[in-house]
Amino acid sequence: MKPNKTSTIAARAALMLAAAASLLGGSGAALAQAKEQFIPLLVYRTGPYAPNGTPWANGKQDYLKLINARDGGINGVKIAFEECETGYATDKGVECYERMKGKGASLFDPQATGITFALTDKVPVDKIPLITLGYGLSASQDGNVFKWNFPMMGSYWTAADMLIQHLAKKEGGFDKLKGRKIALVYHDSPFGKEPIPLLEERQKMHGFELVKIPVTAPGVEQKSAWLQVRQQRPDYVLLWGWGVMNSTALKEAQATGYPREKMYGVWWAGAEPDVKDVGEGAKGYNALALNGHGQQSRVMQDILKYVHEKGQGSGPKDEVGSVLYTRGMIISMLSVEAIRRAQERFGKGKVMTGEQVRWGLENLAIDQKRLDALGIGTLIRPISTSCQDHMGSTWARVHTWDGSKWNFSSDWLQADEQILKPMVKAAADKYASDKKLTRRAPADCQS
Amino acid sequence: MLYRENGQFKTSYGADQQIFPIAQDRVAMLLLLALAAVVVPGLASEYLLRAILIPFLILSLAALGLNILVGYCGQISLGTGGFMAVGAYAAFNFLVRVDGLPLVAAILLGGLCATVVGVLFGIPSLRIRGLYLAVATLAAQFFCDWAFLRIKWLTHDSSSGSVGVSGLSVLGMPIETPVQKYLFCLAFVLVFGLIAKNLVRGHIGRSWMAMRDMDVAAAVIGIRPMAAKLSAFAVSSFIVGVAGALWAFIHLGSWEPAAFSIDRSFQLLFMVIIGGLGSIAGAFFGAAFLVVLPIVLDNLPYWFGIPIDTALASHLTTMIFGALIVFFLIVEPHGLARLWQIAKEKLRLWPFPH
Repeated sequence: MKPNKTSTIAARAALMLAAAASLLGGSGAALAQAKEQFIPLLVYRTGPYAPNGTPWANGKQDYLKLINARDGGINGVKIAFEECETGYATDKGVECYERMKGKGASLFDPQATGITFALTDKVPVDKIPLITLGYGLSASQDGNVFKWNFPMMGSYWTAADMLIQHLAKKEGGFDKLKGRKIALVYHDSPFGKEPIPLLEERQKMHGFELVKIPVTAPGVEQKSAWLQVRQQRPDYVLLWGWGVMNSTALKEAQATGYPREKMYGVWWAGAEPDVKDVGEGAKGYNALALNGHGQQSRVMQDILKYVHEKGQGSGPKDEVGSVLYTRGMIISMLSVEAIRRAQERFGKGKVMTGEQVRWGLENLAIDQKRLDALGIGTLIRPISTSCQDHMGSTWARVHTWDGSKWNFSSDWLQADEQILKPMVKAAADKYASDKKLTRRAPADCQS
Repeated sequence: MLYRENGQFKTSYGADQQIFPIAQDRVAMLLLLALAAVVVPGLASEYLLRAILIPFLILSLAALGLNILVGYCGQISLGTGGFMAVGAYAAFNFLVRVDGLPLVAAILLGGLCATVVGVLFGIPSLRIRGLYLAVATLAAQFFCDWAFLRIKWLTHDSSSGSVGVSGLSVLGMPIETPVQKYLFCLAFVLVFGLIAKNLVRGHIGRSWMAMRDMDVAAAVIGIRPMAAKLSAFAVSSFIVGVAGALWAFIHLGSWEPAAFSIDRSFQLLFMVIIGGLGSIAGAFFGAAFLVVLPIVLDNLPYWFGIPIDTALASHLTTMIFGALIVFFLIVEPHGLARLWQIAKEKLRLWPFPH
């Protein structure tokens, strides 16, 4: 018995040493597996934002699994991925970023505005692009200043702009907005505050009254906010919430008797976890929809066939195709397409570096034909990025909860370039001068 | 056998009163310093520096500051996160609003602002004590959270309320790479560690401890409660403010008030309690326990190649971590620093314990 015991102890000690060594060495093991494109997945499956973070994370992961299972990777390059739990906390997110960076990360989707802000300063040094689909820093649309940020498909400014356009259409014209009262009930964090500059700009143009009502994060306590809503009686409420804040707001609206038909959420306040618990009480509530949803599209069918039926699904089967799941899937799709695009230039079947993936993200051209080929169809609209424009497209629709499912209630909307462009440029210039950066030279766009 | 003071005769008061009276301690300390200042920057990976050592150093500094207040002066404070925020935002404002202000000066001025706020919120301690004081300092936390969320001037009119700094340098040397950041933090920790150690050994520290042990008796023997308590608040919030500025500038780079939320206050209080109340080393032990252990636990499944669900891993980390806190507090209520002290005493007698 005795020698046996010593040997186990020795083995344990060796394991501990190996653990310590990998802590010191950091990257060693992961880099050894060449020929694999590593995509880190920053996620949160715990905490107050988990109900929304989980389907998002599952969508991201399932699409990568699909690419590996169905296509054998990107031109033969398998995708390796690993999750890191951030809990939506900035300091934890930074730790995850450092951990994943050491393993050869080629791009990051931080899944949180706060983490994006903290990483924006770090990525130019590490040369890893950030993809922040529909969130992050609105000014980072300007690729001339924000070389490494990609707020694909929309920012909080485009969202706010589209909501105001939609309200104007409902009222029968922008001139009808004059004298109206619009309340912004927002998550008191950079995420919630981002749309304010645009709303203030629109307020100046159309003469509506903007009431700003902050809700302390994470938003489980909103009694005072809704008391303000009751006192002010706004014509519309814009809801800028995330996680538990959304369902709480809907319950409070129900308790206050504020009509849900007059509430409009951002696309982060328009998914199933936000309304499911409220059910009938949320009937009539509207929100922006950055993407379509449902299991009918071919890509979802493929995920069910190649991933879920093999028992590889990351979450429950009926979650596939839900709003946030689809969004996560689209983020992974854009990442994969960027890598594919980069491979076209830097060598097919090779592992792309962060710099090369960045080029791919900047030169995406996904038209309807490509979307159909990918099986995405009409879940999103075509998207094409450039050196100046890192957003690619600003389309979104409005959808309405009927008590059991989301139905589209508007055509595709698009943010007004005339308003957005000067604001983005001014904000990017301010950022550049604060950080003492210079705009990229035209020649830099070629590289 | 190796660790004992036999034969080390002190011939002067100075030699008798030095920080480390035992020669072996001095050697060990110098080795530790050499390790921290020379070996670690040379060998450590970027991940180890940026994700573990820098947060560890900065939070040790904050815990050190809090330990002066809670451990030495006996005033429970839940406003630490708020004081860190004051340090961070004040330093930020000095840096962006005053042209050409050196970084170190901005950080120290941030600390001074935190001192002012700390003393202000310390005034109630003259009348109330114990848990009631904890509640009063909680007000500081909420006030600071509110101020940095609402008062636009404090965040330099940033539309999102998030502020950031970049391109930091000291005396013409940039603070950009992980090694530079690490050494910068290390320098602060060493200087403040030395100051704190000397303060608590001197008459000021003794007046704090007298106040902690029994304030009426302390007043009777001639210690002024106001001076003792407010000086503890001042020194503590100065160090905490500096740590806050470092946390914001060096570790995060870009931050929002949520970085200094009530959770941070609790985290620091736990560090002080688990590390050891009334001990300088305790602040470091506590910070190591609370910063490093969750990360190690988080990484364990990966190192051993066990595929485990992310959410499950995160829950397990929290559970094991919680259990360890309970375990340590039961085994040694006086904290890890006390365990360390017991180990040293045993070593001095070893191998003849009787």
